[in-house]
Amino acid sequence: MTFYQYIAEGLFLVFVLLIIAGSFITIRARILMHTVLGLAVALLGVAGIYFYLGSMFLTLMQILIYVGAVCIVLIFGIMVGSTPTEIAEKTIKDKKNIFLAVSAAAAAFFLLMISILKTEWVPAPDQLRDFSAKHLGESFLYQYCLAFELISVILLIAIVGAIILAREGRENDKNPWATPNHGPPHVKELTSVTENKGDPLA
Amino acid sequence: MILISDNLYTYLILAVFLLIVGIYGLIQHKTFIGMLVSTELILNGAGINFMAFNRFLAPDPAVGQIITLFIMGIAAAEAAIVVSFIIAVFRKYHSIDPDDVIELKG
Repeated sequence: MTFYQYIAEGLFLVFVLLIIAGSFITIRARILMHTVLGLAVALLGVAGIYFYLGSMFLTLMQILIYVGAVCIVLIFGIMVGSTPTEIAEKTIKDKKNIFLAVSAAAAAFFLLMISILKTEWVPAPDQLRDFSAKHLGESFLYQYCLAFELISVILLIAIVGAIILAREGRENDKNPWATPNHGPPHVKELTSVTENKGDPLA
Repeated sequence: MILISDNLYTYLILAVFLLIVGIYGLIQHKTFIGMLVSTELILNGAGINFMAFNRFLAPDPAVGQIITLFIMGIAAAEAAIVVSFIIAVFRKYHSIDPDDVIELKG
């Protein structure tokens, strides 16, 4: 084992530690913003794991899509939703779900660990070992074209659906520009003044 | 000597860890955003699983990467939908607590 392999192993352990620490911050944080911060840390660790699994392209995509886009969307949701401090107190006060959560997680852990350790994993006889972006892109556009098109259609539908869902109910707000018949507020003010001109008690 | 980073079981156990942490958080969190964050952890565990099998077992290494990219696209779409849903729910109920949204409970 050479010196560089020691460095590589150490870096791998650092990424694993990032994942573990980030996940624990995610599930134990009291402030909602810290939850998303822990998620970002864990996702950075997952990006490093993808690098060790041989795919530089997916590492960059993970950082770009997850850490860049999804976390920003989540923070946007927190900021629009409510103040984080109220929710924080609620999160630590209510502890009735802890037993259910622990038992569900333990059941999933034991079931999966049994199946992982019992199975004998057999590698394919001849592996292609070509992790380049060129090979990935060619398979994406020739052999797996349907998956590529499905991703685009799903993203388009999600964006349109998100806009429609978030616009719902905006007509009920006190938005002066939503009802063009009455005009801007100062016009209404002027008309109400002229209406009450004859009656000094009104 | 077997390297830790060159062993299939390391990655599988890491994926199981992400999955159980996600399940725990999904049940324990009391807000919609917390549940969504836990779902992202579960999806990342699935991605690590696909990439590990892709690296160690599969004949063509492009397949697992394509499936992982597919998962990433679905996760991004899901996050966008759920955040807009949370905004709509907050506008109607003035709360992001899942226990307050009980109109369909019967």
